[in-house]
Amino acid sequence: MADFETPELREYPIIPKLKEGVMAHSKPYVAKVQFQEALGFPGELVDNWEEKALEKLDDLRGRYRSLQVYLDSCVKCGACTDKCHYYLGTSDPKNMPVARQDLLRQVYRRYRTFAGKYFPRLVGAKDLTRDVLDDWYSYFHQCSQCRRCSVFCPYGIDTAEISMAAREIMDTIGVGQKYCNEIIGKAATIGNNLGLPEPALADTLEGLEEEVEEDTGVPVKFPLDQKGSEILLVTPSADFFAEPHVDGLIGYAKVFHEAGVSWTMSSYASEAANFGMFIGSYENMRSLSLRIRKAAEDLGVKRIVFGECGHAWRVAYSFLNTLAGPFDFLDPNYPVPQHICEFTYDLIQKDKLKFDKSENDHMTLTFHDSCNVARASRMGDKAGGQFDIPRAIIRAACNNFVDMPADAIGEATFCCGGGGGLLTDDLMELRVKGAQPRMEAYKRVVEDNGVTNVAAICAICKSQFTKVLPYYGFGMTDIVSVHQLVSEALVLSDAPSDDNDSDTEAEA
Amino acid sequence: MSALPVTYAILFYAATLLLVVGLVRKIVLYARTPAPLKIPTTPAPVSRSGVVLRMVHEVVLFTSLFKATKWTWLFGWLFHFGLLLVLLRHLRYFQAETWFWVDLIQPFGKYASYAMVIGLLGLFARRIFVDRVRYISAPSDYLMLLLLIAIGASGMLMTFVTHTDIVMVKGFFLGLLRFSIEPLPSDLLLLTHLTLVALLMIIFPISKLLHAPGVFFSPSRNQVDNPREKRHLAPWAAELEK
Repeated sequence: MADFETPELREYPIIPKLKEGVMAHSKPYVAKVQFQEALGFPGELVDNWEEKALEKLDDLRGRYRSLQVYLDSCVKCGACTDKCHYYLGTSDPKNMPVARQDLLRQVYRRYRTFAGKYFPRLVGAKDLTRDVLDDWYSYFHQCSQCRRCSVFCPYGIDTAEISMAAREIMDTIGVGQKYCNEIIGKAATIGNNLGLPEPALADTLEGLEEEVEEDTGVPVKFPLDQKGSEILLVTPSADFFAEPHVDGLIGYAKVFHEAGVSWTMSSYASEAANFGMFIGSYENMRSLSLRIRKAAEDLGVKRIVFGECGHAWRVAYSFLNTLAGPFDFLDPNYPVPQHICEFTYDLIQKDKLKFDKSENDHMTLTFHDSCNVARASRMGDKAGGQFDIPRAIIRAACNNFVDMPADAIGEATFCCGGGGGLLTDDLMELRVKGAQPRMEAYKRVVEDNGVTNVAAICAICKSQFTKVLPYYGFGMTDIVSVHQLVSEALVLSDAPSDDNDSDTEAEA
Repeated sequence: MSALPVTYAILFYAATLLLVVGLVRKIVLYARTPAPLKIPTTPAPVSRSGVVLRMVHEVVLFTSLFKATKWTWLFGWLFHFGLLLVLLRHLRYFQAETWFWVDLIQPFGKYASYAMVIGLLGLFARRIFVDRVRYISAPSDYLMLLLLIAIGASGMLMTFVTHTDIVMVKGFFLGLLRFSIEPLPSDLLLLTHLTLVALLMIIFPISKLLHAPGVFFSPSRNQVDNPREKRHLAPWAAELEK
């Protein structure tokens, strides 16, 4: 499988020279007929696909101002050309955001603008051919919709919007991506991306309760489908079993336990991540969001809290009210939805949580700002809360914290390399190469500041790092959940006094 | 009446019509197309006034471009603000009695042409010498810069080297405003300058120059970051709820 070279990590980042076509071969598996049809898309490439694609493009231009304005406004200034982690990691010029956008823009120009109709070569307009479609499939699946380019564009042109449109056009003509569309199917029928049915979920949570009680001596609950609870927790399904995700889930449970609130998860809406966004499908995004609304109504909760997940938080924070609101049946004293970090941070502010920071003294931490939390959403009531709040939580739970270089965090953060529906084994080369800018920044603080671990608040980031850290010579367990740090350091007030040996704690 | 002023009168009426109609059509299209989701890019302001401030920063200081690349920012800013001063200076050709401040900026506008052309040459050089920018450039991207450079250079030649009869030029444009055709100097430099300006006006609404209205309609820049507080629903999305 590893028939590619892992990029080198250099002392300082260098913008690579162009190497044309080096990633043209990178394509995810195409969705099978049944997964396509389940989402209302044609099973395979339709006969008159050129015509259908243009029709869909027109439809989307009419529905999304972003798409229309962004197709028209680019001046090719080059500001974005060195901003995409996939370009920096692969050197393929079609991974420069403007070049990626141009794959769609060249077709828009050819068929829908005066200059492109009559002077195609002058303005770089191109016919929609099979080659162009192949380029679309390759390169619109090399964009993690992380929005880094949009921060630097003088007009705010967001390649994520273009990628989503292109993916929706491809779905509409029958060329969907297997990973995303299979997952949407599972979330829409079973309730989560992993396809875990209720009994499996209940079993897993029961196991966690036993494990935590064994470790701490405290009966911390992991409730499922408990009607009348105050809070519905919606979390990425990876939190139920993957490492280090599950340690984060244990952290949320401990925080709820300390807060003394009643809470529950739902087996009907057991997934925070909304892959409808990745394929640009408003309708799919909406139907998955409505499951959360229905779960909240059926369980009679007063608040909705989301677990650690990046793109999920974008859909939750920015879109949920639009897609499935209004949430006037919930407690108006709390934002809908709330992020678990906001919840924990509030308790810290009110001095309701006690930490023994020394529990995390074996680590020196840095924090990876997940792209969609950083650039597409917010936490708290102030601009920039999405940067301050997770860091405040880490500092409350740990003694040793160091930030990575300023051009690799905050609004300029690099995507982990696996976001936007690319976290699949068939894109391993892209994922490894796309992680290079993040790994370079991580290496700096590892070498200069003795950093041992990187914390994140996104299920995709956590899975992606677990997989790619070893390619760059780091340990796969370097990646930790923010609420894992909380879990380690949190002092449970009803813990039995000093009969706990700390060994079991460290193994957790 | 000789053919020359008639030809140029027709050219400028046509160019103005195409520019205005073309731009209004695009602006109406942008304004009418719904933005169904809240997609402001960080740092996203949480209030309307914050959005206005952000937009002013973007349009006046090119804040995002400054973050992205200092050279492009420098050349781009020199060009745009040189051009702005030069355009304001040209107001005197459209006013019988010039406003006080138009008189005042005349000397600045004169030398702003240097900033404008230096900026354009810098942008042209980047397009040729930076491999990434060369890769994304179509012939029209070079031609657009050359067109602007030619407009600037021909104007500068008239300002600093060989003067044309600007009193007659003013008479011609004031005449156009009253729909009367007055004489125009048959000066080759002037005619080149005017032809290129008319060409620029004509291609403005069908080219990437649409970034000028586009920036104000960019949802990632003009939206307030308040999706949890205020429900945002496009008309076509509301239809889905029925």
